[in-house]
Amino acid sequence: MAGSAATEVLRAPLVVEFPFTRSLGPVQSAFLTGLRERVVLGVRTGDGRVLVPPVEYDPVTAEEIRELVEVAPAGTVTTWAWNPAPRRGQPLERPFAWVLVKLDGADTSLLHALDAPGPDAVHSGMRVRVRWAQDRTGAITDIACFEPDDGGEEAQPCGHSGEFEDAVTGIVAPARLDYTYSPGRAQSAYINALSARKTVGERCPDCRKVYVPPRGACPTCGVATEERVEVGPAGTVTTYCIVNIKAKNLDIEVPYVYAHIALDGAGLALHGRIGGIPYDQVRMGLRVEPVWSEGGRYPDHYRPTGEPDADYETYKELI
Amino acid sequence: MAPTGPGRDVAIVAFAQSDHRRRTDELSEVELLMPVLHQVLDATGLKTSDIGFTCSGSSDYLAGRAFSFTMALDGVGAWPPISESHVEMDGAWALYEAWVKILTGEADTALVYGYGKSSPGEVRDVLTRQLDPYYVAPLWPDSVSLAALQAQALIDAGDTDETALASIAGRSRAAATANSHAQVRGSRAQGEYVVRPLRTGDCPPIGDGAAAVILAAGDRARDLCARPAWIRGMDHRIEAHSLGVRDLTDSPSTRLAAERAGFFERPVDTAELHAPFTSQEVVLRKALRLGEDVSVNPSGGALAANPVMAAGLLRLGEAAARIHRGDSDRALAHATSGPCLQQNLVAVLEGES
Repeated sequence: MAGSAATEVLRAPLVVEFPFTRSLGPVQSAFLTGLRERVVLGVRTGDGRVLVPPVEYDPVTAEEIRELVEVAPAGTVTTWAWNPAPRRGQPLERPFAWVLVKLDGADTSLLHALDAPGPDAVHSGMRVRVRWAQDRTGAITDIACFEPDDGGEEAQPCGHSGEFEDAVTGIVAPARLDYTYSPGRAQSAYINALSARKTVGERCPDCRKVYVPPRGACPTCGVATEERVEVGPAGTVTTYCIVNIKAKNLDIEVPYVYAHIALDGAGLALHGRIGGIPYDQVRMGLRVEPVWSEGGRYPDHYRPTGEPDADYETYKELI
Repeated sequence: MAPTGPGRDVAIVAFAQSDHRRRTDELSEVELLMPVLHQVLDATGLKTSDIGFTCSGSSDYLAGRAFSFTMALDGVGAWPPISESHVEMDGAWALYEAWVKILTGEADTALVYGYGKSSPGEVRDVLTRQLDPYYVAPLWPDSVSLAALQAQALIDAGDTDETALASIAGRSRAAATANSHAQVRGSRAQGEYVVRPLRTGDCPPIGDGAAAVILAAGDRARDLCARPAWIRGMDHRIEAHSLGVRDLTDSPSTRLAAERAGFFERPVDTAELHAPFTSQEVVLRKALRLGEDVSVNPSGGALAANPVMAAGLLRLGEAAARIHRGDSDRALAHATSGPCLQQNLVAVLEGES
C-alpha cells in the first residue's frame, strides 16, 4: 500500500486542566490571609521601601525581607489599559480596565482590574479603592476589583501586625487551557488506517526501516519519511513485562502482560497488551495478532496466533 | 564582553527559517521543523553526524503536551546518541547555551533551533501561565493586556503616542514585503483596539514557525561560510518578576546586556529587535539609544511574523544573514521573553571586511 494520497488531517479538542496546589511562604501567607480579613499588607525592604504585593526577597539586593507593613486599601493608578473583551478567568465579565495601583503607603504597584463605565472614566493618577469579594478565602481574587474612589469614607490602615489566627498556608489555583490538537499528516494517516483495522508505517528513504507508528521522520537519519507501508497484522513478542498493579479506572484484571510487539514488516516494535493466554505463558518469540473490540479505533489487545514461535534471529534487532 | 581565558571566535555561519503561517494543522512539530534543519545543514554541507552540539528552544504549553520537544528530536537524527540540550525558552537562549559550549572548547560546531505552533491554543491565555502564580496568574491577564499597560505608561511619560506606534507598525510591515517568509506583509489598517491603547496593528500576528542556525568556531566557520557573522559579544539579563516593581517605560536589562555584549563600543548599522508590540520597540530604542541612522528590523520583525519560541532566534538569524550577504558590517540582535520585556538577550555580530 505505497501511496501518498492527501490525507484528511485529524483534529480534536484537547483540554489541559490542573488545580495547581501551592504552598505559601511567611510573607505570601500573611498577605493573602490579610486579604481574607480585608487588610492589605506590604513588606519593607532594607532601604525602607514598601513592596505591595509583598515578596520574601528584596528584588534589588536578594536579601530576605520579613517586616510586614499595613497599607491603605486605596491608592493611585500608575498605568492602565482598557479591556473591551474580557477573557475567561479574568476578574470581571464586563469590559474593564487593567490597572497598576500604587496603594497609599506602598512604593510599588499591584496589578488588578478596575470596574469603570468606560475608558473615558479612567486615567493614570486617578484615585481608586479596593472592592472586596463577597466570599474571601485567602487569594488575590479576594480583591474582586478596584473601583473609582469617590472620596467617601475610607478604611485607614491601623498598623496591623500581620499576624492572624488561622493563617492560610496554601492556595489552589485552577488552570484550564483549551487546544485543538492536530497530530499532523503522518499520524493522521496512521490513525485513519487504524479505523479500517489496518496498521501502516512509513519507510525511511535512507535506511529503509519502517517506522510504526509513523511520525513523519526517521530519528536515525533525520529525514522525512513519506512512503506508506502496511505492516502486520500479525507480529512477534520481542520482550514483555508482567503488570501486577491495577491502574485507576482501568478495567483489566491483574496480573496481565504488556509487551513489545514487532509487527511483520515493521522496523521497530510497538507496544500492546497480550491476552488470550495465561500471563505466565507469554514468552519472547510468541506470535500474536490484534484483537479489535466492537467499534474500537485501535486494537484492544493481541492474542496468540497459534503459529510456532519466531526464531530469535528474526527479531533480535528489534528488541 | 569577551570571555575570560583563551577566547575563541564563534560565528553564525548559516540561517534558515520556515514560512510563518497562521496555522499548520497538516504538520506535526517535527514535520514543521525538519525542512528548516535540512536547509541550514545543506547551506554548510554538514550532516547531523558532523554537528558537535545541538540545542533547541520550545515550549510544551504551546502544544499542550508534555515533553513535546523530544518528538522534534526525530528531525535531527538523535541515533546514534548525540550531544543535545533543550531550553524551555526562545531558541535565542538555546543559541546562548550553544555559544558557551563552543567557547569552553567542548564543541566546534552547533546546530540551534527554535520552533513553536501557537495555532492549537489561545496564545494570549497560554502566556499567562508564565506569570507569578500567586498574585498575577489567577487574574489571567493576557499578553496583549500586559503590553497595553506598558504602552499607556509610555504614552503618559510622553515617550510615544498612537500615531508614532502606527508608524512603527507601518514601517515594519512595509519592510516585510521583502521577506518572503513573513506572515503579515505590506500595508494593513491599524484596526480597532484590542486592549486600549493597542490596536490590531500594534500586535504581532499569531502563527506557527521554526528557525535554525549553525554556529562554528574559528577556521571551521571560515570553511563553512564565505562571510561568517562573528559573535563579538552576547549577554542576557532579567528584571524583577513583579510588573509593579519595574519602570515599564525603560529596559535596564536590555541596556546592561548590550553593554556587556560590547554594543556601545562602536556604532551598528542594523538592529534586529524582538519587539512583538510596537510600544516595545519604543522601549528598546530608548534603552539602546538607537539613532535614526540604524536600520531597525529590515526583516519586518516580530510584527510581521511572531512564531513564539522562534521569534528571538529569528532576530539573530536575520542579523547574521545580513552580514552573510554583505548588507551589514556590524549588527545588534535582541531577543526577549516574559511579559513587558522581562528578560532580554543582546548579541553583537560582525562581518570581516
